[in-house]
Amino acid sequence: MEEFQTPATSWSREAIDFLRYQPLGALGGLIIFGMLILAILAPVVAPYDPYELRVDQLFTPPGPTFYLGTDDYGRDIFSRIIYGSRISLYVGVLAVVLGTTTGAFLGLVSGFVGGRTDTVIQRIMDSLLAFPALILALAIVAALGQSTTNVIIAVGVVLMPTAARVIRASVLSIKENVFVEAGRAIGCGNLRILLRHIMPNCAAPYIILATSTLGTAILSEAALSFLGLGTPPPEPSWGTMLSGAAQQYVWRAPWMAIFPGIAISLAVFGFNLFGDALRDVLDPRLRGSR
Amino acid sequence: MHKYVIRRLLMMIPILFGVSLVVFFIMRMVPGDVATMILMGPAGDVGARQEDIAALREKLGLDRPLALQYLSWVGGLLTLNVGDSLWSGRPIFEEVLERFPLTLELSALSILISVVIALGTGIFSAVRQDTWIDYLFRAVSIAGLSVPNFWLGTMVILILSRYFFWSPPLGYTRFFEDPLTNLQQMIWPAVILGYSLAAVTSRMTRSSLLEVLREDYIRTAWAKGLSERIIVMRHAFRNALLPVLTLSAIQLGTLLGGTVIMETIFTLPGIGRYLVDSIFHRDYPVTQTIITIMAVKFVFINLIVDLLYGLIDPRIRYA
Repeated sequence: MEEFQTPATSWSREAIDFLRYQPLGALGGLIIFGMLILAILAPVVAPYDPYELRVDQLFTPPGPTFYLGTDDYGRDIFSRIIYGSRISLYVGVLAVVLGTTTGAFLGLVSGFVGGRTDTVIQRIMDSLLAFPALILALAIVAALGQSTTNVIIAVGVVLMPTAARVIRASVLSIKENVFVEAGRAIGCGNLRILLRHIMPNCAAPYIILATSTLGTAILSEAALSFLGLGTPPPEPSWGTMLSGAAQQYVWRAPWMAIFPGIAISLAVFGFNLFGDALRDVLDPRLRGSR
Repeated sequence: MHKYVIRRLLMMIPILFGVSLVVFFIMRMVPGDVATMILMGPAGDVGARQEDIAALREKLGLDRPLALQYLSWVGGLLTLNVGDSLWSGRPIFEEVLERFPLTLELSALSILISVVIALGTGIFSAVRQDTWIDYLFRAVSIAGLSVPNFWLGTMVILILSRYFFWSPPLGYTRFFEDPLTNLQQMIWPAVILGYSLAAVTSRMTRSSLLEVLREDYIRTAWAKGLSERIIVMRHAFRNALLPVLTLSAIQLGTLLGGTVIMETIFTLPGIGRYLVDSIFHRDYPVTQTIITIMAVKFVFINLIVDLLYGLIDPRIRYA
């Protein structure tokens, strides 16, 4: 009897399929890639030092010398936006990794152990979810002090309860599978079942969660910076660039507010598009829906 | 059904207890306290004697043990007497009741606008799946999720003032005092907030309607020769509405984050702005009280939504 074998698909073929069936996702991927390149090559691409003050060139409008103009300290806005991409990516990625991973761990334990442990963890998560997200992040940064690290912690804490809920739901479903029962039957311990059988099957929802919340993380950092409790100045965080002087001088120098906002929107747009497409590909309920 | 309601109400207790503990201890972790801020200024640049600061802390009750402060505050919350703002000296509930109508009006208007936009775009997107209309509306939805509403608010004010020589009247005039001024003050923040909310709701509407349109009874309706309008609006739409209403209700419960930003940009004296100011001023009782009220509101709205499920969909019954 001939052995039936599914043909192996190369990664390039999968990439072409992704481009073909997820054009918006491909656009998002391109935006993210562009942002990554800018962030890595910032010292090369940025024409000026983002921290350099020029008292004789305050509020210069966009032109050939300063492509996006200068701010109230004479700093080049284009250079600050390029360097700001580093902060957004750094804070966004770390906050998502922290929040999603911690939440996933809690969800794993909660869903697998069950009983009182599950109840306690879920009630704590419910308590956190009852807070308006931005207010919780504000309160945490106010408590810990204004710094980039504390912003990462605050945004991570906000993302944690949703991750815990989603992974717990996955675990509850996965642990009813026959292969888990088979594992117990051959004498596998709880830890082995959790690490070797349940965790790998939670990878897809974890990846979906992580990519779909990256945009939220970047927006949250920008909102905190806008309200005055985000990345402290003089760091060129996009949100900080939009607050304070940009609000005060919006009629005199509207470019101070316009371009950082476009940068935030484009970055979050790219992450949202890519996250959506990845979810369509990885979510088994949506696969084959075309 | 009664047992379900009682069980849910009992489950609220540990959640609200958890919320009150979290907010109480987070605020106590914030460096500095309100006595220092009152006497030395927010920047800490005004001189003040340590004895004066200690005396003020004693007067405000901040020198008591934390457990006592917590119990005192919870007791006041349960008897609707949480005392005065440490910063302004005014009764907290009085300030909250004064500001609540604005935030409620902004939230309600935003939800209304979001539902109107979301239902329209979501239905069109689902019915014309994978066409240019679908891609356009999906892109607009994702843009709504991506554009920071604080930036959008700034751009709206800039465009209106620069090109239309008009800006929203400052402050807040109640609707029944002067409806026109009230609408002028509220319409733009509500539209901006509504657009952000509509982005999420539109995607839910599309996804929910697509699921329903794949059902067998819809195929039967097509086979019977019914028009697309009747199939979508009379058969599919109502069954697709449940998750959309849930989402809108939950958004109403969590709207405080969005109203904070709109109230800051449009200088509206609502609860959101009051809360942010209280965090910056270390005004613990105000922060704790408002956040706890919002948490109670969120939990109650969730319960009401779950109970409405049973009314909207007769197949859903609670033990």
